[in-house]
Amino acid sequence: MTLFKKAAVLLLVLATAACTNPDRFGGGAGGAGADGAGAGIGAGAAGSASDPASPLFFNQTIGDRVLFVVDQSTLTPAGQAILDGQAQWLLTNADYRAVVEGHADEQGTREYNLALGFRRANAVREYLVSRGVPAGRLEVTSYGKERPIAVCSNESCYSQNRRAVTVLSFSAITS
Amino acid sequence: MMKRFLTLLVALMLAGPVLAQNGPLRLTITDGVIEPITFAVPSFEAETAAAQQVASDISRLVVQDLAGTGLFREVPATAFISQVSSFAQPVAFADWRAINSQALVVGAVTVNGDQLAVKFRLYDVFSGQELGQGLQFAGTTAGWRRMGHKVADAVYSRITGEGGYFDSRVVFVSESGPKDNRQKRLGIMDFDGANVQFLTDSSSIVLAPRFSPNGDRVLYTSFESGFPRINVINVATVGRQQLQTAPGEMAFSPRFSRDGAQVIYSLSNGGNTDIYRTNLGTGQHVRLTSAPSIETAPSLSPDGSQIVFESDRSGNQQLYVMSANGGEARRISFGEGRYGTPVWSPRGDLVAFTKQNAGRFHIGVMRLDGSEERLLTSSFLDEGPTWSPNGRVIMFSRETQGAGGTSSMYSVDISGRNLKAVPVQGGASDPSWGPLQP
Repeated sequence: MTLFKKAAVLLLVLATAACTNPDRFGGGAGGAGADGAGAGIGAGAAGSASDPASPLFFNQTIGDRVLFVVDQSTLTPAGQAILDGQAQWLLTNADYRAVVEGHADEQGTREYNLALGFRRANAVREYLVSRGVPAGRLEVTSYGKERPIAVCSNESCYSQNRRAVTVLSFSAITS
Repeated sequence: MMKRFLTLLVALMLAGPVLAQNGPLRLTITDGVIEPITFAVPSFEAETAAAQQVASDISRLVVQDLAGTGLFREVPATAFISQVSSFAQPVAFADWRAINSQALVVGAVTVNGDQLAVKFRLYDVFSGQELGQGLQFAGTTAGWRRMGHKVADAVYSRITGEGGYFDSRVVFVSESGPKDNRQKRLGIMDFDGANVQFLTDSSSIVLAPRFSPNGDRVLYTSFESGFPRINVINVATVGRQQLQTAPGEMAFSPRFSRDGAQVIYSLSNGGNTDIYRTNLGTGQHVRLTSAPSIETAPSLSPDGSQIVFESDRSGNQQLYVMSANGGEARRISFGEGRYGTPVWSPRGDLVAFTKQNAGRFHIGVMRLDGSEERLLTSSFLDEGPTWSPNGRVIMFSRETQGAGGTSSMYSVDISGRNLKAVPVQGGASDPSWGPLQP
């Protein structure tokens, strides 16, 4: 008797390539990741907060970020006041460029939050340009909800994460 | 010649199965309550001494796949009256009827060096008939899981009349590190979380990978340049290519066209986000929407003629359908809350989406006219559904709350039943379910 007397046996050969080393990148952690705020000028080069020409003065005394209300990209009066200071500083220190990074809190889907962060960053860029900063010195990007700075899941953290950060750099921006 | 067969037919809204006495063993999957089909898988016969372990492993994997659907319930070996010591021996149907096993899967495994062959037969116990024909798969011992999945797919398919989904892979984002400095890299795994391999390192953020229709390539969003850009990576060679974008533009949320030759995606410029289509061969691109609102997360219908996407043109995120060539769009979501990340089902009849309402996130499905909305899950943060190749199961990301929040992948039937975590090590998000493998 045959095993398959009633029917022909269909023979399917599978391409089952074995991969004995699932991680061709070694350990996996490929560096700290130069993503998100801080990709600009390192703390060592930022100078002194009391020196008005220093990036540290820009970051801390003027303020490098503005905050937004939920699902909005409209600048608040407080935000506009900070951006007035940023514009003034950028006009005085013409060797600097900046990338404006838009961020969202975790309450939203990934794609939408990327688009929302971009809207926020662009609102900041447009405001700075309206205050006289040459558009060619400002770029925008968005991290959506990928880089929160506060990690709790309530409004005290969310309000800090809904932000646009103006990150200074010396060199020409490439994209 | 007419024979008496058992049909298990579960109809919509019925509290239990309807038993009919003619027709083969058959489970009709509907949205009603399911009484699982009972089945037995005696450990597959090892035809060579070297096949002992893998024969046992493959049998267990077949059981795990079938029972994992929630549509089948295993009759454990401890209940068996007769043992199947040989693939060739006639089946003692009375012994399997006595323990109320409706289906019986008998198999045999041969190992020759690194070559592996698996054959099986499926029996409809109550009719005393074989269901379908004997089938044999051959490959390497390293690929034994694929052969187990193939057997389970064939059994699933013969009993339900639908395509299976076990011999398929999922590309996803593997996550590690704290919430404010999360490391992300592309991973690829079997549908059940086994055989994880990595496609990228974690030196920059990667988001939302999407399989090509035949599974050879993956589209994803990369922050390598500091600006979101779309990469396409070859799964076999991990060779990468970047979609061209102009300075000042961000590109994200890509998906392949059904022929794999084009990409539909979102492009942001000047704060505005719209949907575009690019031909991967020529680089030629076409703008499909032009509104000042956010248009993103496009997904093509199976016939390629239409696109479902999300837009906040009405004031908040809602779902819309338009022609694949752009033009006027009709809104399809009208319930409370916000709707995003729509994905057209492979059958074409449903769209899966993420819904945000009253501080909770849900994965849901609705028809393309917006009717019959059904929420399948509810949690602090569920998002990003992807369809199994047969359109019966949805996989998605679930993130837990708080400073220690982590992301995992879950799957759920489109009936809302059988919610379960996909077991992979570490954090995982953004699954994209690939095709059934050839």
